[in-house]
Amino acid sequence: MESDPTTQRLGVAFHNVGKRYGSLVALRDVTLAIGAGEFVALLGPNGAGKSTLLKMAALLVQPGSGKVEFPERARAAREAIKRGIGMVAHSTMLYDEMSAAENLLFFARLYDLDRPEQRVAAALEACGLPDRAGDLVRTFSRGMRQRLAIARALIHSPALLLLDEPAAGLDRQGIAWLAETLAERHRRGCTILMSTHSRNDSIGCVTRAVLLSGGRLQADSGTGGDPRQLLAAVPVEG
Amino acid sequence: MGTGRAVAILLGKELRGELRSRELLNTTLIFALIVVVIFSFAFDPTAAEARRFAPGLLWIAFLFAGTLMLNPSFAREQANDTLQALRMAPISPFALLLGKILANFVFLLTAELVLLPVFAVLYNVTILPVIGRLLLVIVLGTFGVVVTGTVFAALASQARMRELLLPLLLLPVLAPLLIASVEATAALLNDEPALDPTWTVFLVAFDVVFFTASWLLCEHLIEE
Amino acid sequence: MELQIESAVFTAILIGCAGYAALFIAPDESTMHAIQRIFYFHAPVAWAGMDAFAVTFIANIAYLATKRPKWDWIGVASAEVGLVFTTTVLITGPIWAHPVWGIWWTWEARLTSTLLLWLLYVAYVMLRKMVDTPERAASYAAIFGIFAYLDVPLVYLSIRFWRTQHPAPVVFGGAGSGLDPEMSKVFFFCVLVMHCLMVILVRQRYQLERLRYEIHEARLAAEDYAARAESFPAVPKEIV
Repeated sequence: MESDPTTQRLGVAFHNVGKRYGSLVALRDVTLAIGAGEFVALLGPNGAGKSTLLKMAALLVQPGSGKVEFPERARAAREAIKRGIGMVAHSTMLYDEMSAAENLLFFARLYDLDRPEQRVAAALEACGLPDRAGDLVRTFSRGMRQRLAIARALIHSPALLLLDEPAAGLDRQGIAWLAETLAERHRRGCTILMSTHSRNDSIGCVTRAVLLSGGRLQADSGTGGDPRQLLAAVPVEG
Repeated sequence: MGTGRAVAILLGKELRGELRSRELLNTTLIFALIVVVIFSFAFDPTAAEARRFAPGLLWIAFLFAGTLMLNPSFAREQANDTLQALRMAPISPFALLLGKILANFVFLLTAELVLLPVFAVLYNVTILPVIGRLLLVIVLGTFGVVVTGTVFAALASQARMRELLLPLLLLPVLAPLLIASVEATAALLNDEPALDPTWTVFLVAFDVVFFTASWLLCEHLIEE
Repeated sequence: MELQIESAVFTAILIGCAGYAALFIAPDESTMHAIQRIFYFHAPVAWAGMDAFAVTFIANIAYLATKRPKWDWIGVASAEVGLVFTTTVLITGPIWAHPVWGIWWTWEARLTSTLLLWLLYVAYVMLRKMVDTPERAASYAAIFGIFAYLDVPLVYLSIRFWRTQHPAPVVFGGAGSGLDPEMSKVFFFCVLVMHCLMVILVRQRYQLERLRYEIHEARLAAEDYAARAESFPAVPKEIV
């Protein structure tokens, strides 16, 4: 594993958050406080608003009503907060016409990391793509792109990790790697908010489960509570 | 991270990418060339007429080529949603915008500089004696096109029919720039070439006004 | 509603007075005679149109600063009214020009600038219509609107340096180009009347936009209510 500095802890709190896209209401009056270091599974059917909630935590989308707060960085500038956030979204957010290494190097530089080339090499090693470093992302399979996307989200050692169906497209090995990586990060104090559709290995380490449906918060196992009952309703990955 | 460094990183990525494929550059250049050639079919100018229309034609070619190249430049950030990744990164919205503006500026200027000698040959215009001043005018004009164009491309990228909407937004706003650039170029291609101070200052003013406006409004443009 | 009908009637009366004044009270002009009277309509309409665009500019800035929808409504209302007025100017101009100069159109300073102004605001209205999300449409239109208005002085300056064929401005302008005092009175009265008309029309258009928004909000509230009714029980038996 690469030697990265201890992640500063970062939680996120939603206060009466609402969001509309034209006539479509994505979120209605959601209040949810995620403490630093929690590993939260965000459950719910399609269209429940999970992606919107994650994007708000990533500061990509402003709430239409209510607000999003980062208690540990209450007085920090937006850019300082962004440095601590990493996200894996529905789309890979990778440049197809650049190589894997170039993609990672670009983002490493953008996040002002020291020794970027070494970090990139280590990240490629960790996600199992070192021999494809110089190949254009355009030539990658779905699973490889997803791995690279995850590596990109992790490269700057974020304190808050937001994952939107991260296992999508990954094969068995990939899922195992994801679970192991998330467990490791969680152990080091990273806050993880992961939306998931089906059960996979990562679910094991989850400390809290939250159910979103129709844009509303329907159930929450709570900080320190037992997520297993809610998780039990999630179908097993086929 | 300082805006300067962020812009340098963004610009580096754009340039490296374009250097490898050159598809944007090539297409822009060929299109500008086509405009220049088609013009001669439409107007069939005599030698004297050609001299008179040359500055206008040159800038129309630049303008059309520039307008067409701005949409694809933005579309590149929409494939795979990489624009989201840039918005999430700890860089200021202005750095993001400026990186795009400068990248577009380099691409358009490169296409124009390649087109210029071809154009001079086709229309028998002597540009070497005034090349320095001509380049100044071209740089000032191109910068104005690219600043407004990049902002408007961002606006149009979220609208329906964006390929049609962008010229609709851009060309009226650029009319003063077109007039100034053409007049300044004409003054340089005259029998007694001179750098027209009025028009040159006007170009600088245009660039300053819209660059400042872009800086002031960039947050509203980038943030959602 | 009542205030609106009263002010509409009041404005209609004013317009009637202005028309009468322009046709009968103002003295006859020495070179162009009767056709010159269109000036009492043409120029005030042009001024009111320009002021409508100025209102749009202020509304655009206010919208970006506060994000309150009402500024967006004022912006689009004013822009559309300004467009109507400017279209009128572009039509009455040639009507005036033909008998006087023998041509319908010429690419001289003022006409060209007005045409460009018209294009700028057509672009504004179209942009606002073609962006799907209302909030984004409002923001993006506001950004474009600000750019467009900043462009206006540049348009006028550049075209002026470039062309000089329009008759020397009769009201403001070089030496020896003042208006006869009788003409001035009628003229400024017409300017006032046209501005009243502009205000009335902007207000009407604003109300229309506000109603659209309220209907939209009401529909959303209804959907919200329906969705809430559907979402029991709180924890579904299965998640698919």
